[in-house]
Amino acid sequence: MQHDDVIWSVINKGFCSFKVKTKSQKFCRNEYSLTGLCNRGSCPLANSQYATVREEKGVCFLYMKTIERAAFPGRLWEKVKLSRNYEKALQQISDNLIYWPYFIRQKCKQRFTKITQYLIRMRKLTLKRQKKLVPLSRKVEKRERRKEQKALVAAQVENAIEKELLERLKQGTYGDIYNISQTAFDKALEEEEVSSESEAEDEKEGELEEEMEEESEAEVEYVEDFEESDISDIEDGDKFAEESTDEEDKDEDGEKGKGKWKPGMRRKRGKVEIEYEEEREPAKRQTVRLQQ
Amino acid sequence: MFYCVYSTFISTFYDLSKILGPPTSWFILSFPKMATPKKKKMPVQEEIQDVDNDSAMAVPSSAIPPPNISSIKNKMRRTHEFIKLKRQRRKKKELQKKRKRETEALGDEAPPKKVPKTIENMRVFDETMVDPQDEEVLHDEAHDEMASYFSRDTRPKVLITSSDRPRSTTTRFLKELGQCIPNSEIYYRRGLDIKKVITQALAKEFTDIIVINEDRRKPNGLLLCHLPDGPTAHFKISNVKLHDEIKRAPKSTEHYPEVILNNFNTRLGHTVGRMFAALFPHDPQFSGRQAVTFHNQRDFIFFRHHRYLFKNNKRVGLNELGPRFTLKLRSLQKGTFDSKFGEYEWVHKRHEMDTSRRKFFL
Repeated sequence: MQHDDVIWSVINKGFCSFKVKTKSQKFCRNEYSLTGLCNRGSCPLANSQYATVREEKGVCFLYMKTIERAAFPGRLWEKVKLSRNYEKALQQISDNLIYWPYFIRQKCKQRFTKITQYLIRMRKLTLKRQKKLVPLSRKVEKRERRKEQKALVAAQVENAIEKELLERLKQGTYGDIYNISQTAFDKALEEEEVSSESEAEDEKEGELEEEMEEESEAEVEYVEDFEESDISDIEDGDKFAEESTDEEDKDEDGEKGKGKWKPGMRRKRGKVEIEYEEEREPAKRQTVRLQQ
Repeated sequence: MFYCVYSTFISTFYDLSKILGPPTSWFILSFPKMATPKKKKMPVQEEIQDVDNDSAMAVPSSAIPPPNISSIKNKMRRTHEFIKLKRQRRKKKELQKKRKRETEALGDEAPPKKVPKTIENMRVFDETMVDPQDEEVLHDEAHDEMASYFSRDTRPKVLITSSDRPRSTTTRFLKELGQCIPNSEIYYRRGLDIKKVITQALAKEFTDIIVINEDRRKPNGLLLCHLPDGPTAHFKISNVKLHDEIKRAPKSTEHYPEVILNNFNTRLGHTVGRMFAALFPHDPQFSGRQAVTFHNQRDFIFFRHHRYLFKNNKRVGLNELGPRFTLKLRSLQKGTFDSKFGEYEWVHKRHEMDTSRRKFFL
């Protein structure tokens, strides 16, 4: 026989494996619980006449438990499929639970309403955007970072870019913008006669920085009269070592480009004056006699 | 009493000498470690090379640099290590000289100079590598989705957006991208679906959409969708450096930049390269002297934005502007964005594709 009160007193005061107690509330974890709370009226174990609504994969069922089947736990719960139509389903609940206590009927309908609402929301959400969370494996990420570093070193991106740009320059994609004629440049390197073209080009290149102009002017200069006064310049010039043009490019700030020294080449800026000190014999010690 | 003490003291002293032995051994006892210089074990040096060696001048695989010799405080040990180092260097030099002498001596008969193996040299043969004169490829490219750009029917108009609620780094990144790519507009996402974004963009005649995805306050993904019905490429972003973080970077201007695409050799690489090219206007303004580079190396695409200066016929100076980041292709999908039902041309599957260190796809 089912003695609900006895069962309830045992469960409530003793131990119930479905009961979860928090500071303010008692919950029932039983899957057939109508409300989720642990009460005398909503405990599925302590009520021999009980009903719930549950959903499986989007389909709602009404579960009913009657005292006649209390001895057969396997057949205890009667399952009724509820219609997809909301009103019809409510009617079904009422029909099935006719003459049942009002509390259970009401709670079943409320539960059914809530379930349908969340099912609707789930269906809506699947149509909207869904964020995909992709797990990152730490090892894989670490390996990829390392590979990227190595690829960067192997790539030498700047060199590749420079090569590409120079090729484009050679092929003439830039047209006449950069009038750096190869011949003038070569001549300046080989210390040959000055070509008048370079001077004209210097005037055209307004875009390029002054440095470039300075260098071209320093490299390519009109040779003037070889005067006697220039000898001092030449003497200084001997001290300048032959340096490559690469280093010319590096002299950016104000320093005169140290190109190959040509006799007669005048420095436009920064006259370096050298003083020569002559060694004199040490002055003889002169004894001064004090004369009275 | 005093005498007794004295005698006991003497006896103990003599006993000690028996125990410890003659005075020389005492000396060693008191200074045990100074006698012989200890050989310090150094970690594996660069001489030992792994099987898969990278390019000749790249970082060796045991890339922990050996500890600095000058940090050894013990002078004896330090000098020993230095001597060792010098010996190694001298040996290396002598080897090189010897080899040189041999090749010179042999003259014509000399064996050809050995080329070091690099990963690029040893790359697994890819049948999809494009031959520039391949007619089939040319035909395909004349009829693919980007053909309208290359035949100058359409002008690029780019829509740049991000994921929901972008953080400051991402917004700055968006702005810099917007500056870098001419004719681009930045829109905030505000929770829209990408498919809806696409329909709106089509209505406003955009040709490309870039969506930057963000994770943990950093941009980490880029979705590039070419519009009318173009392919959608999904990239992983890493190593983002913005304009402010690059030292002494000048400001970029509104000029149309030149586009440089390096090393896009396979069919897949060609498609991706064309997608990138289609972002930028056809005729770059050379007076601006700006160049945007997409350099592909081992499936990593390095993006750089420079201002160049021709110093002479053989030298260019580069000044880095704008953002710098790396991309890695994750998937290429035909048609506009549809992750569930779209047809994927190429998807990166790690277990299948990352088995060989010398196999690349772009």
